[in-house]
Formats: sequence, C-alpha cells, structure tokens
Amino acid sequence: MTTELSAPTADIADYAIRLGDDALILAQRLSEWSANSPEIEEDVALLNIALDLLGQARSLLAYGGGFTERSEDELAYQREERSFTNVQLAELENGNFADTMVRQLLFSAYQLPLYTALQASADQQLAAVAAKAVKEVTYHVEHAATWVVRLGDGTELSHDRCQAALEAVWPYHHELFADDELAGRIAEAGVGPLPSSLRARWQDLVLPVLGEATLTVPVDGWRPSGGRAGLHTQPFGYLLAELQHLHRSHPGAAW
Amino acid sequence: MSERSTSPLWEVFIRPARGTSHVHVGSLHAADAALALQNARDLYTRRSEGLSIWVVPSDQVVASSPDEKDAFFAPAGDKPYRHPTFYEIPDGVEHL
Repeated sequence: MTTELSAPTADIADYAIRLGDDALILAQRLSEWSANSPEIEEDVALLNIALDLLGQARSLLAYGGGFTERSEDELAYQREERSFTNVQLAELENGNFADTMVRQLLFSAYQLPLYTALQASADQQLAAVAAKAVKEVTYHVEHAATWVVRLGDGTELSHDRCQAALEAVWPYHHELFADDELAGRIAEAGVGPLPSSLRARWQDLVLPVLGEATLTVPVDGWRPSGGRAGLHTQPFGYLLAELQHLHRSHPGAAW
Repeated sequence: MSERSTSPLWEVFIRPARGTSHVHVGSLHAADAALALQNARDLYTRRSEGLSIWVVPSDQVVASSPDEKDAFFAPAGDKPYRHPTFYEIPDGVEHL
C-alpha cells in the first residue's frame, strides 16, 4: 500500500464528507421510525441500520473534517443546508413503510458496490472504513430486499403501495451515479470509484428484487439532482432543524 | 391497535460459540421464516451473542403439560442408580 496520495487532501476531505453526509442524513431519517415501526421487531431492525449508518458517518466525517480541523460534531451540527453534500435520495421523507423500504433498497444497493470498490482505495483510512461498512451494508440490502419482495408480492394493497413508492423514489436514484469534477479527480487518483461505474452492479442487485416483487420498473424521466452541490429538497431544512437544534441551543451539550 | 393482525410467533435459539449447543433465548413476531431469522439477528445477536440462529414456529413446538409433571418427571427422582456417580469404581481400574 502506498501512503503517498496523488489526490489533493482537499479533494479527499470533500469526498469523505460527501459519503459521510449520505450516511448521516439517512441515519437521521431512519431514526424517525423509532417507536413508530409496524412491529417492535422492525423498530429494532431499522434502528440497527440507522446506527450502522451513523457509525459510518462518524468515521467519514471525522476523517474528512480532520483535514481542516473540523470535528465530526461541527460538521453535523454547525453547517448550513447548502453545505451538506448528501444525495437527495438520502433525505427523502420516510412516507409509509413501503416508501422507506424502497428508498433503503435503492440506497443500500448503491452503498454496497461503492464500499466494495472503496476497500481497494489508495487512501488507507477510506479503505478501512469501507472494509467494516461493507458487511453492514450487505445486510441492509438483504433486509430491504426481503421486505420489498413481501410488500410487492403481498396483498393487492401492499403491492399498489410498493409500486407507488417505487414510482416516487425511483427518479432520485440517478443522482447516485452522476459523475462530477470531484468524483472524476477522486477516481483518477485511485481513491474512489467513479459513481457511473457502480450502476451496473446496482442494477444487478435491484432489478431481480423488483422482478421477484412483481413490481414494474418505472420509466426514466425526471432526474432530480443537486444534492452533491448543496441543493436539497424542501423537507431537508426540517430534518436539519431537528438534527441540529439541541446542539445549537446548548453548544457542547453532552449526556 | 386491536384490529391489526399480528404476525406469527417464533421461538429463537442461539448457538453462542463453536462446540456449544443452541439455547432458547426468547421469541419474536415475524411474517415468515426469512424475516424471523432477520428479526432474531437484530433482536438477539446485536451484542455478538451468537454464531448460529434457529427459528422455530411456536405452534410447532410440542410441549409437555404442567399437569403431567408428576407422571413425567417424579419417577426419575428415586432412581439414583441412573447417575454414573452412583457406582463405586473398583480398585485397580485404570483410565476411568
């Protein structure tokens, strides 16, 4: 392993923070299911996934922030909306249980090939984070797929709701595979995979599940994007308010 | 809440380490076997308790009745010769 990186540290910092933001924001969304899940067993399952993501977020944000002497807490609690670089898929509202599970499937099926590739990163810290996360995410995909199949191939009502969820969430998956200048430099330096290179593996994971779930793959049309550049959906501000208000009201609060 | 039908009940068995046997740890609700396994993983192994999980539909467990306690178990109570420690080992027996 080489310790000399060909990518500028500013790029590695931004890249780690963007991946960390994905995990942090989805962890926050999933946490909203706490005590609200259909069954207590699923409550624990969703919060386990949220905690896995939060752990990834902490590692990535601490690492990315370290280049500019910003702590993980500063990054999570003191940035404004436009400074968050998570994909919009991660911030979508939970909706009903099918909405949440479809969102999870589409997102985790992106994280799995991402972290798999990142294990071979020229950056040893990112490779280490990925090596731990890849096992967690493998289970996230399995759990979400299990539910999507049961909802899609369940009753007429669950099928219709799952299909509606897929139609609503589907447009947001395109942003996962959108390359930009930062992603290009990161890939060139061997630090991380080019987002567009992950799409084939994602399809291999997602499409068979949708088929088994008897769901119809939506027709591609609208492709919302902008999350990586700090542009977010309207409900994102409310998510941040809930995430940040305690820290902003009582700076340094600990318990 | 009352109109919601609950999923079937499953009994969960965890094997904590290699060479040990599966031990009953509790029960949970799940719609089917695959979900029961996943729920068991999430509920009962989140602190590294296990290497293997069994789930069994609770209605498939055949249990002895508390009413039959005497007929089932009492007769064994006065038969100490069923324990190996009942027997004295004769002098001169090696490797036992």
